[in-house]
Amino acid sequence: MENVRKSFGDNQVLAGIDLQFQRGETTAIVGPNGAGKSTLIKCLLGLVRPDHGRLLIGGLNAQHNAAARRLVGYMPQHAEFPGGMTGRDMIRLVEELRQEDRAPDLSLVRTLGLGADLEQPFRTLSGGTRQKVSAVLASMFAPHVYVLDEPTAGLDPVAGAALKDHMAAERERGATTLLTSHVMADLEELADRVVFLLDGRIRFDGTMNELRELTGRERLERAIATLLEGDAA
Amino acid sequence: MMTTLVRFHIKNALRSRWLVAHFVLYLLITEGLLLASGASDKTLLSLINVVLLLVPLVGLVFGTIHQYNGREFTELLLTQPVRRSVLFGSLMAGVALPLVASFALGVFLPFAWHGGVTWYQGVRIGTLIGLGSVLTTTSVAAAFMVSTGQADRVRGIGTALGLWLIYAVLFDGAVLLMVTTLGQWPIEKALLGVMLLNPVDLSRLILLQVFDAAAMMGYTGAVFTRFFTSATGYLVAGAALVTWMVLPILAARHRFLRQDF
Repeated sequence: MENVRKSFGDNQVLAGIDLQFQRGETTAIVGPNGAGKSTLIKCLLGLVRPDHGRLLIGGLNAQHNAAARRLVGYMPQHAEFPGGMTGRDMIRLVEELRQEDRAPDLSLVRTLGLGADLEQPFRTLSGGTRQKVSAVLASMFAPHVYVLDEPTAGLDPVAGAALKDHMAAERERGATTLLTSHVMADLEELADRVVFLLDGRIRFDGTMNELRELTGRERLERAIATLLEGDAA
Repeated sequence: MMTTLVRFHIKNALRSRWLVAHFVLYLLITEGLLLASGASDKTLLSLINVVLLLVPLVGLVFGTIHQYNGREFTELLLTQPVRRSVLFGSLMAGVALPLVASFALGVFLPFAWHGGVTWYQGVRIGTLIGLGSVLTTTSVAAAFMVSTGQADRVRGIGTALGLWLIYAVLFDGAVLLMVTTLGQWPIEKALLGVMLLNPVDLSRLILLQVFDAAAMMGYTGAVFTRFFTSATGYLVAGAALVTWMVLPILAARHRFLRQDF
């Protein structure tokens, strides 16, 4: 990302963001509500058009580029699907839309214990089960880049742990992950790097250890609170 | 890719209760009118009034709610390797086609099983269904325009209802006011132009011509009959209807391609 800016009316949400993500790196994007996390992620996904700046994924322009989106697996915070359709329908749809020349990897179906739920209409499924389907869809073609927005929200502890194990394995494979979550324990467990956003600007960008050294706090939640207090002062 | 998405949206629509409710609504209305008055012109004229009020209302309100409800899913589809224009086309077709089909079947089936429909009545029923389908498409496109331009759901639905009120009710009031205040002037030709500005009134005019009911409109009706039974009249009315279908679709598409989600 190079000098990415975005305003909604008079409200500047991103004020010149420069970031680069390395292969196999997991980055936690953190910040208070309204800091610009969602807009940043949506710019990368091509859902929001930046006013200024450049976003590349694997060297490809991320905006209006189907080839770039083929490299990305996205898991939204609230997985909403048409009520009459099933998880199996969604898997088929994504398969047809992606038109990959390889078979999808559906190992997460078993790992997350989806099984018979894949045949049930979404309107009968819980939020957690829909979230599991969303995880399967994001990972079924082993993307180069994962964008995960509160991935464990609504998941039971067993499924949450299974998903985190899966993400750790994907990191070993070389997948790059961008992650936002309000569950700091998830970020501590998964992230190598922390980007702290405030008022659309990067206030901290470094490893977990660098953040701990800077703030003198061991836990991520405390460290971020210290950053926020420092900014307020 | 377009076919895949349209098939998906239509499959979803076929599994939902709203489509059945929409079909049953028109079925009951048509059946009720047929039971009351038989397969007569009177039934068809009553049906025109119901259709011209209900079709734009359903298209606008349902289209708007559908778009707001499906916003997160639309976002998810946009993160797949799909062009926005393709997704827009499939979303439009996924709402408009099931609405058109359930409306057409709901109106047609009671006539079919009651029997006794003459060839002339068949043409009239066909015209009614055809114009209802055009109005459905136009109002769904307008609903897409509203929902892409307005992020707030309540305001969006309010705007959709406002549009319906203007086109289905208030416009007629304005025309009536124009006729009563300027009645002493030769305004029939100007009135013709005004009618082209509203797809609901344009559809009503065409239907009244097809039903030979323009006489109910007095001298103005005679002017309309002369115009609409001429080659130019057919051409102008057809072009206006196509414009009313295409323009909202293009405008909604334009907005969708530039929208931030």
